[in-house]
Amino acid sequence: MSEHKMINVYFFSRFERLAHWLQMLLIFTLILTGFEVHGTYALFGYNAAVKIHNSAAIAWIVMFWLFLFWVLTTGEWKHYIPTTKKVFEVVMYYSYGIFIGQAHPVKKCKDAKHNPLQRIVYLVVATIILPIQISTGLLYLLYNSWEGLGLGFLSLRMIAFLHVAGAVIIISFAIVHVYMTTTGHTPMAHIMAMITGWEEVEECAEIEEWETK
Amino acid sequence: MKKMRVNFKFCLWLVLAAVFVLGLSNESSANEAPVAPGIALAKQAKPEEKGSTVDHSKLKQLDKNFKSGDEITKACLECHTEADHQFKKTYHWTWKDPKSEGGKGADSVNNFCISANNMEDPLCIKCHPGWNGKKGEVNCLSCHGQEKFDFAEAFKDIQDVSAVGDKESIEIVKGIQDDVKKAAQDVGAVRRRNCGDCHFKGGGGDGVKHGDLDTSLLKPSRELDVHMGIDGENFDCTRCHTTTSHNIAGRFYGTPAEGRHKSLMDDDQISRISCESCHSATPHKPGVKANDHTDKVACQSCHIPTFARELPTKMYWDWSASGKLKDGKYYSEDGPYGKHTYDTKKGDFVWGKDVVPEYYWYNGTMTDTTVNDIIDPSKPVKLRWPIGTPNAKDSRIFPFKVHVGKQPYDLKGKNFLAPLVSGPKDYWKTLDWEDAFTRGMATLGKTWSGEYGFVDTKYAFPTTHMVVPGENALSCTECHTPANGRLANIEGVYIPGRDRLGYLGYLGWFIILASLAGVLIHAAIRIASSKRRD
Repeated sequence: MSEHKMINVYFFSRFERLAHWLQMLLIFTLILTGFEVHGTYALFGYNAAVKIHNSAAIAWIVMFWLFLFWVLTTGEWKHYIPTTKKVFEVVMYYSYGIFIGQAHPVKKCKDAKHNPLQRIVYLVVATIILPIQISTGLLYLLYNSWEGLGLGFLSLRMIAFLHVAGAVIIISFAIVHVYMTTTGHTPMAHIMAMITGWEEVEECAEIEEWETK
Repeated sequence: MKKMRVNFKFCLWLVLAAVFVLGLSNESSANEAPVAPGIALAKQAKPEEKGSTVDHSKLKQLDKNFKSGDEITKACLECHTEADHQFKKTYHWTWKDPKSEGGKGADSVNNFCISANNMEDPLCIKCHPGWNGKKGEVNCLSCHGQEKFDFAEAFKDIQDVSAVGDKESIEIVKGIQDDVKKAAQDVGAVRRRNCGDCHFKGGGGDGVKHGDLDTSLLKPSRELDVHMGIDGENFDCTRCHTTTSHNIAGRFYGTPAEGRHKSLMDDDQISRISCESCHSATPHKPGVKANDHTDKVACQSCHIPTFARELPTKMYWDWSASGKLKDGKYYSEDGPYGKHTYDTKKGDFVWGKDVVPEYYWYNGTMTDTTVNDIIDPSKPVKLRWPIGTPNAKDSRIFPFKVHVGKQPYDLKGKNFLAPLVSGPKDYWKTLDWEDAFTRGMATLGKTWSGEYGFVDTKYAFPTTHMVVPGENALSCTECHTPANGRLANIEGVYIPGRDRLGYLGYLGWFIILASLAGVLIHAAIRIASSKRRD
């Protein structure tokens, strides 16, 4: 398989881990209460669902901005620079190579912890999907001030549709994301990394230049 | 780098703690606030003035032996010189809406006793505030008499007994005259009973017409009516139905109760007829979502969950079934709530209690149907129906009692017929529709073709009384629910929890299920192939 030796690497700082799991908790809460508000099921009671959803939303928006700030100020943004290099290889790996025991075409390294596919997906989620959720959610909250804000042309139906559509994409992302965490060298390897910060990976001999830019 | 990490973690905890504390303090301050702003505001309204600067029993004008109602009114007018001029211009006297030209004094029809026949129907006219219909003087005492007193009977007794002329009868007449005098002197501000004598009993009996107005409002509990409850605010009708020159604020036909949704608490001259007049447009505590509803949903929609909560109201009246005899005699059948479900004179009835209203967009005005209107008998005719435009600034989603009827119309002319029913030669005595139509239409200056049929009709009443205490208002899911919610038929607004996304919703489910299936299949192949490699 591979002649490289395995080493333990500290990938995720305590802040990053904490932020990750808190976001997970808040987003899970938002999905759970959000679809009750949408009328998909009854769980907490409508009034409670609305209240929990609104509080969790505000808390999560604050968290999201803090996380963005952290990414921008600590140099972590380098992990999210999109690239087309090796994307095809990564896609091929997940759709075929993984089944026959091939090695991952892009190693997980301290200075490049996301593969090209992750970079693109995380970037799209963080810069398109989540901002759509935040802005449609805030507009939903500010419904009665639309006129005063010069937004009288908006329709609640459209805002609600975008918000639900965003939620669907986030759920779909979450399902695939959770599954992908089981594709490390052991099923729990990636998950433990997000819990302890440490993961056993193949030693990176050299990191390619495009990965660290 | 290590230092940086610690700072961020600290920030994270700080932010979360701040959000948590803010959320808590917001919640607790909302709980500490003794009352919602809308209630605090309403409490600022100038208290109702009770009491009077005049003791009418001391006035020489009223110290007389009155022989007729007109004499009493003339005595009133000696001091209240403009009262009759004012009053005769109002709807209470004319029974005609100045805007729509409709009204029960005109050609309008309903699906109860159908028409007042230009005030020639003797039962209808009992509620007209004159001594003798539209002729003669205003009966000031129908609204200002503090205790109920049957003047008509007293005057008739005086006449009859005086005719006898012996000593005993003179004594009796004197007694009756003293009673009349006492009743004429016992006047003052309008009480609930005065309004209720007609408005609680419209349609010929207690609670027949409105559903939100009946004699249970004479002494209601706070739960029945938070404003009028004798253990609540104990308002008289006039607390909201304010008066200017005998014009009493309220809605009639084409005229909304209040044109603008306004709040001018410092101006004591405004009519307080709309909820917002006292409670403002954002009456709930800050942050309460209900404040965001007031642009589309009337207060009444949530705060009057059902009407006729204590006494039943009539929901259906089928005139076509009337006229049946049992053993050659008139008869009636009793049904639920101790009310008739059949009466030879009137036909079939259905009564309802604790009834859930129907909801429609409403701008404060109603359509009006008269005997002159051409109707389409192939479907139920909306005799009186709320006018409103979804999402228009002047319209709100509002609750209504809808009384369904089946009533006569001219088969050829396709217009409603207005029979005379209650007089000595009228339908209830003769059971002769054709004669009742001929003479009834004549009161309105109309003729008819001679052929009649019966058509289904609907008559809507805005529901605005019997407001419950806040804690009993509707819960969210009465409307925010996918199926059979109260606002299931309301168009023009997106209601979260009610409205589905149609095919797009299925697409959403497809995306989610496809993701799930995708990862499951992927996992299965992974497991299978790794086993094979082992």
